[in-house]
Amino acid sequence: MEASTQQDPILRIRSLNAWFGESHAVKDVSLDISPNAVTAIIGPSGCGKSTFIRCLNRLHEEVPSAGAAGEVLLSGMNIYGEGVDPVGIRRKIGMVFQKPNPFPALSIFDNVVSGLRLGGVRRRSILVEVAERSLRQAALWDEVKDKLHAPGTGLSGGQQQRLCIARALAVDPPVLLMDEPTSALDPIATAKIEELVLELKKQVTIVIVTHNMQQAARISDRTAFFLMGELVEYGETSTVFTVPKEERTERYITGKFG
Amino acid sequence: MKSAQIHAYLSENYTRRRWVDRGMRLVLFLCAVAALVPLFSVLGYVLFRGVPGLNLDFFTQIPRPVGEAGGGMANSLVGTCILVATASLLGIPWGIAAGVYLSEYGRTKTAHVVRFATDILASVPSIVIGLFIYALFVVPMGGFSALAGGMALGVLMIPTVARSTEEMLRLVPTHIREAGLALGLPRWKVILRVVLRGCVSAITTGVMLAIARVAGETAPLLFTALNNRFWSDSLTQPIASLPVQIYSYAIAPFEEWHTQAWAGALVLVLLVFVINIGSRVFFRGDAIGRE
Repeated sequence: MEASTQQDPILRIRSLNAWFGESHAVKDVSLDISPNAVTAIIGPSGCGKSTFIRCLNRLHEEVPSAGAAGEVLLSGMNIYGEGVDPVGIRRKIGMVFQKPNPFPALSIFDNVVSGLRLGGVRRRSILVEVAERSLRQAALWDEVKDKLHAPGTGLSGGQQQRLCIARALAVDPPVLLMDEPTSALDPIATAKIEELVLELKKQVTIVIVTHNMQQAARISDRTAFFLMGELVEYGETSTVFTVPKEERTERYITGKFG
Repeated sequence: MKSAQIHAYLSENYTRRRWVDRGMRLVLFLCAVAALVPLFSVLGYVLFRGVPGLNLDFFTQIPRPVGEAGGGMANSLVGTCILVATASLLGIPWGIAAGVYLSEYGRTKTAHVVRFATDILASVPSIVIGLFIYALFVVPMGGFSALAGGMALGVLMIPTVARSTEEMLRLVPTHIREAGLALGLPRWKVILRVVLRGCVSAITTGVMLAIARVAGETAPLLFTALNNRFWSDSLTQPIASLPVQIYSYAIAPFEEWHTQAWAGALVLVLLVFVINIGSRVFFRGDAIGRE
């Protein structure tokens, strides 16, 4: 067991349920997320894994007819508590999406600092500093430092995704959610993102949804297996992939279904 | 045996099909050409009749009294600019705001009603809008004014701007909005600074088309801005405009006025033409136009 996973959890999820209208997408899920570790969420399509992490920053509720109930404690504070502003929560729990989504018509620089600038930071010196720091963290600085004012949408897919990671890191969130961040990328760009995730976990807690079981095995410390909205198994990645407790987990990771 | 029959049938059919295809394509081409004939004949005729009346005086002089030669439509040109500017100040923010509401918050019942009302407003004859402003504004204010004219044109712009804004905003994918929300930005800021920003040139296109449309409107100005034979830059006084000036010169019994009316028509057509082309250039530079 790694030292990092023995610390107090940064996120405690208790009896989380989520719905899309009538359909019950996440069913009574409880799990703890360790700080400075990578937690992978795996499972077949439609098992609720994306919905699950979209509940962790309260983005799920932005979809019409969607709803969620339960507790998600971020360092002890329930983000579903009464009077909690989802906007404030999302500054602490960042997100990277499946499809790279740099803001259109904004330059690379403006994309990276958008969270800060639109959040009210005006000092140019701060923006410049944060832009460089975030782009370095996202391993993109060397590729874009000479064209910071070129449009963000002009980059390659993998670069765009790293730009989105830099944009999310710029507001300095303790937790970063990644919803299948490499599923739209080629193997080389994927490898770069995976390398980056391993580097980033020193500073942030990462929860990553992935379709790719090899990816979960390569980069995660703990793995949660979801099936039809339920959490089937959760544990150390090495254990889940070698000696799973549940037969359903074994059947999935050995490719018998899903 | 059966398959050979099918093949024979198919190949025979192919020759016939090729001819039908050619025939249909010719018909469609001719229809397209026929649709262009009115446009080019109007342009050609306005050009032919308008050019003789164009001279420096046309752009620098105001109308002369009946019987005196010369004069121009300078005051009408300026008037049209003032009217369009007033209309834009009213119609563009209002229209864009309505478009944002329809696109971003448009799932409610209210929004469906608003959308329907916008479509109705778009199809209301422009003279009715003019009458509406006359009853609502001109009568209580006690007289015709540039402001009333600008209001009438502004009301005409609202549905066009609102619907084109809505359409353009809908082209911005949801995941862009989600990326903004996930950064911890309030929804209104995401809409204003990310979503709208992403399609600014597309919306500009819609706005310019709306301007081009109202710049040539005559009917709504007849009982609002009226007309003015003299210089006026006051919003509370009646004001001249190209379309109304063309109308009043065209129905007058003087040959020289007719020539000036044709020149005015030419200038108006060119103005609308330039705005239309300009809007296309704008659209090409847009982020959502590509991708």
